[in-house]
Amino acid sequence: MEITEKEINHLADLSNFSLDEKEKSALKTDLQNIFKYISKLNELDTENVEPTYQVFEMENVWRPDEIIPQDADREALLALSAEQEDHQIKVPKVL
Amino acid sequence: MRIANKSTSAVSLIKASLEKIEKHKDKNIFTFINAEPALKKAEEIDKKIKKGEPVGRLAGVPYALKDNFLSKEGETTASARILTGLESPIDATCVEKLEAEGAIMVGRTNLDAFAHGSSTENSYFGPTKNAFDSERVAGGSSGGSAVAVALDCVEFATGTDTGGSIRQPASFNGVFGIKPTYGTISRYGVVAMASSTDVLGFFAKSAADLDLLMEIASGHDEKDMTSLPDFYGSADVELGKKKIGFVKEFVESPALAPELKTALEEKLSLAKSKGYEIIELTLPALEYALAAYYIIQPAEVASNLSRYDGIRYAYRTKTLKSPKISSADKSSEKTALENLFLNTRSEGFMRENKRRIMIGNFVLSSGFYDAYFLKAAKARTLIIQEFEKAFKSVDAILSPVAPNPAFKLGEKVNDPVSMYLEDVMSVPVNLAGLPAVAFPAGSTTSEKTPHLPLGLQLIGPRRSDKNLLKLVEELV
Repeated sequence: MEITEKEINHLADLSNFSLDEKEKSALKTDLQNIFKYISKLNELDTENVEPTYQVFEMENVWRPDEIIPQDADREALLALSAEQEDHQIKVPKVL
Repeated sequence: MRIANKSTSAVSLIKASLEKIEKHKDKNIFTFINAEPALKKAEEIDKKIKKGEPVGRLAGVPYALKDNFLSKEGETTASARILTGLESPIDATCVEKLEAEGAIMVGRTNLDAFAHGSSTENSYFGPTKNAFDSERVAGGSSGGSAVAVALDCVEFATGTDTGGSIRQPASFNGVFGIKPTYGTISRYGVVAMASSTDVLGFFAKSAADLDLLMEIASGHDEKDMTSLPDFYGSADVELGKKKIGFVKEFVESPALAPELKTALEEKLSLAKSKGYEIIELTLPALEYALAAYYIIQPAEVASNLSRYDGIRYAYRTKTLKSPKISSADKSSEKTALENLFLNTRSEGFMRENKRRIMIGNFVLSSGFYDAYFLKAAKARTLIIQEFEKAFKSVDAILSPVAPNPAFKLGEKVNDPVSMYLEDVMSVPVNLAGLPAVAFPAGSTTSEKTPHLPLGLQLIGPRRSDKNLLKLVEELV
């Protein structure tokens, strides 16, 4: 499969990061090679096979709807952000 | 392992550990060293021992923590720039359990950023070097942990294994490593990579040490809904057939190094001499496991890594302007906040992280989902079914961990497909959620590469972890 520059741009956009020209051209080659390898799967007959999304053997794990005390309080968690003001996380102006 | 008691003080164990860490500084094993707090904890344990008070089963044992485990000691970075500066307010459940038994964390170990890699070369802190040859890779992603144990810097180390990240570095450095059944150890407080295959496990110097660590760390945790009810040591799956299998496709693979093939054959002969019947297994779907894994895992990576945006914790960019060369045509319209997300992620992720996120977003995007992600999920079913069928006729499967011993630094880092091929014999286990134990099986003898460790893995049915470790003891 041919990966075009337009596709690389689209994928970077979906991924929410930007790429410089050097990264773009390297990733174009990389992704092309990777897709060539994974297209090997087309050889495998999966007619009438159900998909598996997880290998955890249990379903519907329930617990009572009660508040469980957590290890970190509000202030400790807020302190992790780069900027805070009035007990809130500060971000650049949106509007 | 050496545990503190009346004749061996915890302080002496920690001091010896810190000396070894200093001695092997050039291997770039650690991202953080916890010297002072570790010595203080050791003094407290020694006081308790002196007074005759009870101490835990890991009293004064120095251990290394893979840097994707959250703990209140030091920054948790997962060797990724985007997590630098993160001082966790919580401990991972696994860390809590180890510390409650008196284990003392002496340092955090290097990994491929976000555990994306098979060599520990994709780290923001530079590569860790192989314990036996500084021109070769440590393996990965838990490279630092494997080398820390191999060079006796610590008694044991933690790891995570999403596609081989414990077993492959264990085999590259001649130590034991366990990748438990999916869900055996709580993943609470560990940086997520691919949630449907991520497991926590350990590196140690013997199967018996791994058994003790599993006793301590396993069990249900209400903070991780995918942790299994307690089974380790109480409801283990029996392995009583006295039959060990090997995978024909692996043994006949042209990619398999002749020395590993010989090591495998020698262990099979040893098993035979101990009364095990050796069975040849044909598992044709395993050939497709790597392709399926490199669809499923990047898809989960793309989802899990979407949370890193510079808002709530860790690294945040200083640049709020649009990047000069942007991926997006409409970049000029972006707000300062959108640019904050974009620039934080552009600067914070390594090339390999970006590769995986892009592959993941591709295989999940509309128009490609059925052809890639759904197809891989179906292949996963076939792989699981083949293993289930195999375990009807054998107790366990003996296999190489990787097709080759440790390769040279820089040899594969610019060719992702050749790097991914390193995982070809380890990923089927993760897709099926099975337990597997990597153990040393001699070393290379050729003039070109003398003394490189060779490693094999023993794979068992789900929840056979404890009996698998017992079986490994018979084979070493």
